[in-house]
Amino acid sequence: MFPAKFDYVRADSAADVGRLLAEHDDAKLLAGGHSLIPILKLRLAAPATLIDIGRIPELKGVSVEGGALRIGALTTHAELASSDDIRRQAPALAEAAAQIGDPAVRNRGTIGGNVAHADPASDLPAVLTALGATFHMTGPDGSRAVPAESFFEGMMMTALQDNELLTAVEVPCQAEGQASAYSKLPHPASRYAVIGAAVRLTVAEGRCTEARVVLGGLTPIPTRALAVEQALTGKPLDDRTLQAASAATADGLGDDLLGDIYASAEYRKAVAHVYVRRALAAAAGRLA
Amino acid sequence: MKVQLTINGRRFDREVEPRQLLVHFLRDLGGLTGTKVGCDTSQCGACTVLLDGVAVKSCTCLTVQADGCQVTTVEGLSRDGKLHPLQEAFWNKHGLQCGYCTPGMILASHELLRTNPDPSEPEIRHALEGNMCRCTGYQNIVRSVKEAAKTMAGGSQ
Ligand SMILES: Cc1cc2nc3c(=O)[nH]c(=O)nc-3n(C[C@H](O)[C@H](O)[C@H](O)COP(=O)(O)OP(=O)(O)OC[C@H]3O[C@@H](n4cnc5c(N)ncnc54)[C@H](O)[C@@H]3O)c2cc1C
Ligand code: FES
Ligand code: FES
Repeated sequence: MFPAKFDYVRADSAADVGRLLAEHDDAKLLAGGHSLIPILKLRLAAPATLIDIGRIPELKGVSVEGGALRIGALTTHAELASSDDIRRQAPALAEAAAQIGDPAVRNRGTIGGNVAHADPASDLPAVLTALGATFHMTGPDGSRAVPAESFFEGMMMTALQDNELLTAVEVPCQAEGQASAYSKLPHPASRYAVIGAAVRLTVAEGRCTEARVVLGGLTPIPTRALAVEQALTGKPLDDRTLQAASAATADGLGDDLLGDIYASAEYRKAVAHVYVRRALAAAAGRLA
Repeated sequence: MKVQLTINGRRFDREVEPRQLLVHFLRDLGGLTGTKVGCDTSQCGACTVLLDGVAVKSCTCLTVQADGCQVTTVEGLSRDGKLHPLQEAFWNKHGLQCGYCTPGMILASHELLRTNPDPSEPEIRHALEGNMCRCTGYQNIVRSVKEAAKTMAGGSQ
């Protein structure tokens, strides 16, 4: 399979991306290419120009600044999974990145491309929503920051405009009494998430003071399981609470659920609680 | 567009279409047909090569993205006529049947041993998740990787 013809230009800096986007109509940014190239090969898209952002140094690297992780948009899944800072400050993110596709996919795919593409079967949108991440982008009108919860707008639709570049993802460092985890049912061939459950729990004096439980894979955009969160808040995180809370997973998921020949929407809805339960148990275990 | 790639230590300066996939550059212009095209949809791993030392699927990489980089294919693993320990092990342990998946399996195993020189059996199976063997000879593939890890730990290469 060959993509349709396109022109190719390489950007050297974020400013360069802005200039190239203004110069070229019908252009697409190319990062790791692990969502875009398959789409070009299937000819589901045929942009006139690809702007390769893959070598821009300022979009790379992970640092800890002012109580938050700053993760460059070009950080690969392999780097997310192996970064000591991310493993310490946002364990669910490292855990999810380590489960993306396979090692070769993780060597190429980037966090920026993953969230910009916003495939419902991706792992990172749900995790970053649970962790309260903020996305930083720049465009012709300057820079702006959008919280994960308003970034994902629909299946493969985000707050990112065509002329904007996602530069970094900011994730709050894990606070005292906090833990996070991710649990997933992978598709047997592609390893994409059929169901993904991301949780972040906060406890004080033996009780849960905040729970963020977010589902992906079976919903068009990351969806908070509010009934589960409510059932956890104010309680000690013992087995009985986790069991009772995860049983509420399907409540409030709605009927706009995804299914395919591998796993129907009904099946996913019926088993989602198992993955919520596993993620809760892992996070609670880290707090014990 | 003009590109310059170093494949298995040999430099190639060529004019390519931006849409050309790296796997086709290697096979058609480089004459290196060890790298296979299987699924062509980034799932089978038959096209795995090392790009600047790191395993990637060359069916999902444009040649222009590899401009200026070092590529290693299965043909580039042997040294001075001596097979790489992974190649030796796949041979000794019967880690191949038809051989179609083998170059990809060997390079994916190379990636594993680079990041984890002493992998357990589940770690080997997990690391080869992105590589399919249609002859389903997985047992011997896992044995081959174990043996290669042992030889390499012995410091022979
Ligand atoms: C076989 C296979 C298995 C996979 N399995 C999984 C899985 O299990 N879980 C999972 O989450 N994902 C999976 N993926 C997807 C993978 O994570 C992709 O790498 C990722 O979704 C896209 O990242 P990329 O850097 O490759 O982006 P690209 O493909 O380069 O780009 C994707 C889109 O994002 C836009 N874009 C990229 N970077 C930016 C930026 N900085 N600013 C603005 N727009 C940008 C591009 O214009 C394009 O529209 C899989 C992919 C493959 C091929
Ligand atoms: S041909 Fe590239 S992964 Fe199958
Ligand atoms: S040996 Fe035939 S495909 Fe693996």
